[in-house]
Amino acid sequence: MFERIGHSATAQVRFTFNGETVIGNAGDSLAAALLAAGHKVFRDTPTTAAPRGPFCMMGSCFDCLVVVDGETVQACQIPAQDGLVVTSPPVPRAQP
Amino acid sequence: METEFAIIGGGIVGLSLAYGLLRRGKTVCVLDEGDGAFRASRGNFGLVWVQSKGLHHPAYAQWTRASARAYRSFADEIETVSDLPLNLQQDGGYIIHMSEDSLDADRKLYEGLRSRLGGDYPFEVMGHNALKTEEPNIGPKVAGALYCKEDGHVNPLRLLRGLTVAVRHLGGTLRTGHKVTDVTPQGAEFSITAEDAAPITAKKVVLAAGLGAMSLGPKLGFKAPIRPQQGQIIITEKLPKLMNRPNVEVRQVDEGGIQIGASSAEVGLNDREDVATIAGLAAHAVDMFPKLARAKMLRSWAALRIMSPDGLPIYQRSARHPGAYFVTCHSGITLAAAHAGVLGDWLTDAAEQPDVSAFGEDRFDV
Repeated sequence: MFERIGHSATAQVRFTFNGETVIGNAGDSLAAALLAAGHKVFRDTPTTAAPRGPFCMMGSCFDCLVVVDGETVQACQIPAQDGLVVTSPPVPRAQP
Repeated sequence: METEFAIIGGGIVGLSLAYGLLRRGKTVCVLDEGDGAFRASRGNFGLVWVQSKGLHHPAYAQWTRASARAYRSFADEIETVSDLPLNLQQDGGYIIHMSEDSLDADRKLYEGLRSRLGGDYPFEVMGHNALKTEEPNIGPKVAGALYCKEDGHVNPLRLLRGLTVAVRHLGGTLRTGHKVTDVTPQGAEFSITAEDAAPITAKKVVLAAGLGAMSLGPKLGFKAPIRPQQGQIIITEKLPKLMNRPNVEVRQVDEGGIQIGASSAEVGLNDREDVATIAGLAAHAVDMFPKLARAKMLRSWAALRIMSPDGLPIYQRSARHPGAYFVTCHSGITLAAAHAGVLGDWLTDAAEQPDVSAFGEDRFDV
């Protein structure tokens, strides 16, 4: 699906996504590292639980939301770093 | 075009009245302004709220409670006709207090109202620990809350949409995007002119135009002593369940977002939010529910309440032009069931009518 082109990595970073280890290149955004590792779906939407992944990769669409350190963030807007614990945002249960 | 009832104002108040009149077999035309208007029906908080209403005016407290009691069947009707879930929840609500003193001061006010109503007024005082068992996510600064089992909330945008669908379904005419500029009594009827639209002739006219009544009211003999009061609202990203019941300053909407509000400012016809107010709302919400500190804010907005001098609704029939009625209130969501229900008996001169004498304009004459 996504293939890296051109340059060779100077260093690798290692983090987890929903408990699974992901290895990316230093300098990747979190979204790029996840896509390169084969993760297309980052989350399910809160209202209809439809799958969502990165669309714009530039901070506009908010489809690449993940949770890092307890906060919902745009995966395309933060660098992939060693030791990050990344999870999909929880899907709230619809209220009665 | 001719109609029995022309309703000036296509917000929640106007549409609720229209729905009630259509259910009584009347022909109704609702005249709505465009999106440039100050649209309280699109900016409100969505509470169906009893607590704190009419603390010094038992008639208003009872009127509010009657609407809250009628709400379930009203909402069921609108849901059935419109096929939209309104997410009405009437499982009680809180007013959270951050100090024992303010909780105690409010308790005394509620006890006063209860005794004026012969003991028939439901509320409970909950200390921090009692509240914590119901709402585990409250913060340590919360002193407690007043709880009223008759409080609740609804999805106000779906209610607006549902009423729109229901009014059209019952054969009502809803004309939007044409601001009413003049209304002229002609004999026993009324001629209504609007921007870029054919005039309408109506046997009766109901002015439910929110802040628009400030200019249109005097044309029909009303004083319309209302003013805008600004409130600002924040909504967060959608979150897992953080609270079980709404409180007057923060509620979790049916889709998971946390809505934070209840600011009030006297700033005229200004519906712009400002950073200081929004920051204050956010800080207070975090004091009440500390987990909100990590929630992302999605949107904020300001809207204008329609306030009478004493905060109560105004229901007034024109003395000069008896076919003209003035209906305005701050609580269009809460009172929607009363407006669609018994208030229609007043507008149609039914044999049995609700007693709205406490809500006439003459109460402001001194």
